[in-house]
Amino acid sequence: MFEKNAHYFRQHSISVVIMKLKSLLKRTLVSNELDQHLDKIEKPVGSLGYDPWGLNTDTNKIVFSLFSTVYEKYFRVETKGIENIPDNGPVLLVANHSGQLPIDGTLIAYAVANRLKAPRYPRAMIERFFPTVPFLGNILNQLGAVLGDPTNCAKMLDNGEVVIVFPEGIRGSGKMYKDRYQLQRFGNGFLRLAMEHNTPVVPVGVVGCEETIPAIANVKPLAKMLGVPYVPIALPVILPAKVHLNFGKPIYFENEELTEDQVVRRVEKVKKSINGLIAKGLEQRKSIF
Amino acid sequence: MSKNKASTPAKSATTRKTAPKAKVKKPTVLITGAAGALAQQVIQRLKNTYQVVAVDFREQAQHGDGIPSYKLDYNKRVFEDLFKSYKFDSVIHLGRIQSSEETITRRYNANVLGTQKLMDLAHKYGIRHLIILSTFHVYGADAYNPALMDETAPLKAAELTQDLVDSVELENLANIYLWKYPDLNITILRPCNIVGPGVNNTISRLLSSKYSPCLLGFSPIMQFIHIEDMADAIELAHQEYHRGVFNVAPSDWVAFQDALAHCGCTPVPIPSIPPVLPKLISKTLGIKSFPSYLLNYFKYPVVIDGREFENTFGFSPKRPLKEIFRTYKSQK
Repeated sequence: MFEKNAHYFRQHSISVVIMKLKSLLKRTLVSNELDQHLDKIEKPVGSLGYDPWGLNTDTNKIVFSLFSTVYEKYFRVETKGIENIPDNGPVLLVANHSGQLPIDGTLIAYAVANRLKAPRYPRAMIERFFPTVPFLGNILNQLGAVLGDPTNCAKMLDNGEVVIVFPEGIRGSGKMYKDRYQLQRFGNGFLRLAMEHNTPVVPVGVVGCEETIPAIANVKPLAKMLGVPYVPIALPVILPAKVHLNFGKPIYFENEELTEDQVVRRVEKVKKSINGLIAKGLEQRKSIF
Repeated sequence: MSKNKASTPAKSATTRKTAPKAKVKKPTVLITGAAGALAQQVIQRLKNTYQVVAVDFREQAQHGDGIPSYKLDYNKRVFEDLFKSYKFDSVIHLGRIQSSEETITRRYNANVLGTQKLMDLAHKYGIRHLIILSTFHVYGADAYNPALMDETAPLKAAELTQDLVDSVELENLANIYLWKYPDLNITILRPCNIVGPGVNNTISRLLSSKYSPCLLGFSPIMQFIHIEDMADAIELAHQEYHRGVFNVAPSDWVAFQDALAHCGCTPVPIPSIPPVLPKLISKTLGIKSFPSYLLNYFKYPVVIDGREFENTFGFSPKRPLKEIFRTYKSQK
């Protein structure tokens, strides 16, 4: 049966088309300047451009060049304090999560990879459900996103990576428009990892993403049926809200034996700092769009 | 096993006695699975410094002069005669019925009970070093697998499919013997996909075929080790006593569908959702290189961390991925 249909598959095989398309896109879209800029970022990739989590340098370059318009023209992102991210060594970028889709993570990643001095490729920790989605799971991995698992985060910090964490998880991204800019409960895992791996925490306040997909309700039974975290009732468009990213000073936590209560107090410190950065962003913005 | 074969160990032992006395006696090593491509590579590496004795339950392989070779079942009593005839110093246990062959029960008997028998004999006859070949499959291909799994990661393969129970059970048993009989110095190796010339496992068959099935929308990160690098790893593990479990994998990674493209395979995407669909297709078509119980390994990554082995034994693989894939491509 294979042999019979083989010719058809050879002509139309999706992966062959994707491979060809990928090399064509890289040639046409990625300028020399961008290529050189991104090559400045040291990545522990293997001989075929992949790292253990599936990051692919070519895919990154293509998406990066496609995304520049979205970043600069659509969301008109303004960053402050991006120099606070150390030039090397492990870093945890801890931000508020909002806007139903992981646009905030993408914008933070772009901003850090795009900074002139010492650009870095941050890695985002993603929901456990993504790897099971055909195509999307692989593409996210190629872009550097990684399954949100403590082992993954620990190994990345050991590799000296910048890791983006949203300790609110889906509590943050799936919240309603009426709850905008109110931080939800933070998980404590990130702080334990920061302590164990001597990693500075750089707080990030994201303003604008709440307005990209304002949701008025969550259809829980449908979400349960589809096996997804939430199904928001919202306009089927991503609105062009202006985004402000404020990066705070790195916070260092000593690696000590602490009770969960003591860890919560340290988490509160990070939360407070993010709240301050959000307030700063809200002050900076003149209008939502 | 036939009667005359059973008598061969004793016969060969006599032959050995007639060897010139002035020669220093080489240490003796038993290698199982001797007819396989990997064992043959290992034998080539050890034959000058060791007296190699080769066993396989499939066939009596020829390894050249001075290497006695037997076809026998590890569960049969004659297997013990080998231990009586030769004073083995070490055992390298590579013989396994692959998960694509035979029934679950037959595999369980050969792989799990056969290995137990071998370990019991090794203990009884005072073997000082036992190398056991396992596989990265024992970790199981799960959607929630982190990357760079180290040796302490839970073995989830048995949870996901009945067909890999024997691999996990074999490891469990080996681990029990590892702490129960420390004198055996058991070293368990969990390699990633072993590929290269002569390798006849599922993944090697896939890379060799002109048209290779894959799951639509899934291209997990994979690791490959060249058969000669793996043989080097076994040789290294055999040189020193380091009890324990070790992943063996180069620090290089590639997405499955990219690997297929590099090998000059034309991928044939099979619908991947709902999950019963690819299983049904694989079962109906009976594709040997894409068995239904291994489908998850073509969907989710099982990326292992081989650094512990590299650091302990000073191992560094020499054949890069490109070279491995080029060989497969040139064969098409």
